[in-house]
Amino acid sequence: MKEEYIYAVARVRSKELGLFSRQDVDQLMACKTYDECLKTLNDKGWGTGESGASAEAILAAEEEKTWAFIHELTDDLTPFQVLLYPTDYNNLKAAIKAVVTGVEPHQVFLPGGAVDVELMLRCVREGDFSELPEAMAQAADSAYHTLLETQDGQLCDVILDRACLVDLLECGRSSGNDILKNYAELIVATANIKVAVRACKTGKSRAFLESALAPCASLDVVSLAGAACKSLEDLFAYLSSTAYGEAGDKLKESYSAFEKWCDDRVMDLVKEQKMNPFTVGPLFAFVIARRNEMSTVRIILSGKLNQLDDGMVRERLREMYV
Amino acid sequence: MFDWTTMGVVFALIGAVLAALMGGIGSAIGVGMTGQAAAGVVTEDPSKFGKVLILQLLPGTQGIYGLLIGFVTLTQIGILGGDANMTLAKGLLYFAACLPMAIVGMVSAKWQAKAAVSSISLVAKKPDQFGKSMIFPAMVETYAVLALLISILAITSIGSLQV
Repeated sequence: MKEEYIYAVARVRSKELGLFSRQDVDQLMACKTYDECLKTLNDKGWGTGESGASAEAILAAEEEKTWAFIHELTDDLTPFQVLLYPTDYNNLKAAIKAVVTGVEPHQVFLPGGAVDVELMLRCVREGDFSELPEAMAQAADSAYHTLLETQDGQLCDVILDRACLVDLLECGRSSGNDILKNYAELIVATANIKVAVRACKTGKSRAFLESALAPCASLDVVSLAGAACKSLEDLFAYLSSTAYGEAGDKLKESYSAFEKWCDDRVMDLVKEQKMNPFTVGPLFAFVIARRNEMSTVRIILSGKLNQLDDGMVRERLREMYV
Repeated sequence: MFDWTTMGVVFALIGAVLAALMGGIGSAIGVGMTGQAAAGVVTEDPSKFGKVLILQLLPGTQGIYGLLIGFVTLTQIGILGGDANMTLAKGLLYFAACLPMAIVGMVSAKWQAKAAVSSISLVAKKPDQFGKSMIFPAMVETYAVLALLISILAITSIGSLQV
């Protein structure tokens, strides 16, 4: 029932006041040094309040705060699965590789997934994936045996990445919520474009592409694979005939311009939720906005640390939610 | 043999009850919805309590209007003192007179609540726009007031009709 989120959305609206605006980003950009940037973030309440915390610790604390807030608002994290699948599948990759190669996993797991990492490790060690979610279990079984038989880490990654995209798309479609459905579709389509571009540049076979691309509604993966097998120009020509024509232009510019374009499209999609007071959409948009904020801060910190030109950093900055 | 002509007062009473009942249900749902939104805002910023409380109360008026119509009807038909005998036609007229308030009261309370919830979100983000935020749900009130007027005019006029 959509009215279930009235309280949660009202809290999110109040919290949105604390999100970074373009002025806050400019203030961070105006910092002379990396340390000054960290101090500014601390002053704005980022991190745990501990002085001298590293950038990674600050960003991890912010991610944790965001999810703690969402947990406070709702017990049902099903609508947020589309955001958690990439973390889960990344952890699954790490678990399979660690077990197959016999290396003790150390700092390879990402926090915040929906599936417990210890459970994943146990399933992989025992070769029994039945305790994992059904779709994930099938992909894990296939990736695990492929890695055992071929020792090809990339093939294992391809199986799990594709399974992640298929799961994400299914989760969005079955949610019955337009924002989740459109988000999943956009993420899968842009991921397919990224795979096609990389495969085209590295001269991968059509069979590889067809096994790596996840079918979605807004792109015909057979045509995409066909174009990627020919040349980048053919790939851009195909993209121009789809809703992702602008992606081709951005890719011609640079890969980072394309990545910024992808993130900005997501932001355009979730910005509509600013006018929605009832459904889970604004909560979902808030998490995306927080992640976008963290991604922007990471870009600025990285620029300051490596003393990059401000202009170069600015052209990579994402659109803000507020 | 059942005598329908004695049923006038029954229909009149049903009308009075429906006005109070449906207006009350609508307002209870509406104030509940706005209360959730108001609590959400106050959780994050207790200083906005006064502003969101006013917005929370806006969908509560339909319940009061329904009560008023119910009270006036009970007085007019003689249940609250006087003679409660009336013709079937008169009873049905009272019943019909109560319907605008009953139906419009319930529907408008729910829609006003939706507008008020949106306005609470507005106040959460832009407290200086409180005045404007009041206007949007208040517009819905217009139709509840119109229904109240027509119900009152009808109820108070039926007594003098020779039917």
